[in-house]
Amino acid sequence: MKPFQYMRPTDTPAAIRVKGKEAGAYFLAGGTNLVDLMKMGVVAPEKLVDINRLPLRGIEVVGGGLRIGALATNSEVADHPYVLEHYPLLSMAINAGASPQLRNMATTGGNLLQRTRCSYFFDPTMPCNKRVPGSGCGAIDGINRMHAIFGASEKCIAVNPSDMSVALRALDAVVRVSGPAGERSIAMEDFHRLPGEQPELDNTLQKGELITAVELPAPVFTKNVHYLKIRDRTSYAFALVSVAAALDLDGSRGIRGVRLAMGGVAHKPWRLGAAEEFLKGKTVTEDNFRQAAQIAMQGAKGYSYNQFKLRMAPNAILQALKTAAAIV
Amino acid sequence: MSRYTDKPAEQSGPQSESRRDFFKKGSLLSAIAFSPGAVLRAAENKWDEKIADEWEKIPVSLTVNGAPYQVKVEARTTLLDLLREQLGLTGSKKGCDRGQCGACTVHVDGVRVNSCLSLAVTNDGKKVTTIEGLADGENLHPMQEAFIRHDGFQCGYCTSGQIMSAVALLKEGRTASPEQISEFMSGNICRCGAYSNIVKAIQDVKNQLS
Repeated sequence: MKPFQYMRPTDTPAAIRVKGKEAGAYFLAGGTNLVDLMKMGVVAPEKLVDINRLPLRGIEVVGGGLRIGALATNSEVADHPYVLEHYPLLSMAINAGASPQLRNMATTGGNLLQRTRCSYFFDPTMPCNKRVPGSGCGAIDGINRMHAIFGASEKCIAVNPSDMSVALRALDAVVRVSGPAGERSIAMEDFHRLPGEQPELDNTLQKGELITAVELPAPVFTKNVHYLKIRDRTSYAFALVSVAAALDLDGSRGIRGVRLAMGGVAHKPWRLGAAEEFLKGKTVTEDNFRQAAQIAMQGAKGYSYNQFKLRMAPNAILQALKTAAAIV
Repeated sequence: MSRYTDKPAEQSGPQSESRRDFFKKGSLLSAIAFSPGAVLRAAENKWDEKIADEWEKIPVSLTVNGAPYQVKVEARTTLLDLLREQLGLTGSKKGCDRGQCGACTVHVDGVRVNSCLSLAVTNDGKKVTTIEGLADGENLHPMQEAFIRHDGFQCGYCTSGQIMSAVALLKEGRTASPEQISEFMSGNICRCGAYSNIVKAIQDVKNQLS
């Protein structure tokens, strides 16, 4: 690992100011992604600004919704009684990700900022437009089994590996950030981005901005939810595909509200808006769910080694919806 | 001199002495080159900040297995390397060194973490427990006893990490079923495949306690 300067500010404005001084400065929270990237020589910060002592760790009920501090660890969020009761989808998604040890270290803000990546990004001997813009994409004609089927570009076909972000996308979370120009809110929809011509950018944060919290709207999907993650082994692996399904049902199994998002299929958490539109107002039937899954697959495109995802994804959507609706 | 010493690395021989002199000069230059403004401002404002120029060592105070330590580390030193290389606590193992195998699992402030992905400097003021801190004198921790009784290892390389995770697992209350134990032990990989006996060992200790 290349040497770097280390700083540990104790208040948020100081952290933002210190980082803003240098282009090569990075914020350090749990370190589970950044330290790994530094060890592999993928990134080499000149300065680390350790934000772990900033007062951003609280989880509090605010105005009917929930405000999760950026430094709340993944374990703290997943195990929080209010989250378990009112946002069970978030708890399920977080616990489907990484390992218990990593979830104890990884933070809410850090999870959002873990790099969208693939094995070519992690290997400095290979071309990667995300790591070295303009160097080419090793994956597009390479081993692309884990890669995107939605929203990719000729520059990059990597997927965002976060499970937490898929649930946050489904639940319409809002990311609160603070930066040199003040504070602002970014909807989850707008937080992560597709690769397009600039795959080196995973998100829409501006220079020097720090995530301070994630806000969830008032809970709606408290009962009929499911997070289904399909992976190469039972636990502790990235998703081949994952589905966050949330249903708000009336007394006669009518669908008042529905949220669907996928992981492992795109450069960002992938919301299935057309499938949601189709299901809204319909009733819970396997046939409706099957049709919704087909609608969700419009525009999907596979590569040499990930064609299987084109079948796995709609099957996973169907299964997640059935489990959420408790159809046996 | 052995590199497994509790003395800071700069005290460990003439070779590293001259290396240190080189780094000292280097860090003075880099301090000027990189961020004199930030350094000066930090001093002016007396922020509670730790500033380390390249290669310069940072003082860290932490408690390991109940004993206080004051050490100096490079900013890039991981907690795992501090434990193994500077404190001589080699029970925590370096497997993948990337947070994928769990051999380096320790408890920090009572919570299990991968010490290979945790920079030592971020653990300033923390309480760390390693496998060496579980036994009470000559008496092994019940989980250590159970791993022996149930043959929960073969080569033993992953064992200290497995046991540290297992002890945390009991505290977390994730031992309701063999499936739940397997799920919440998934951050610890065993190349020999001792998993079924590890689950039995954990269930045994859980039953002893209940």
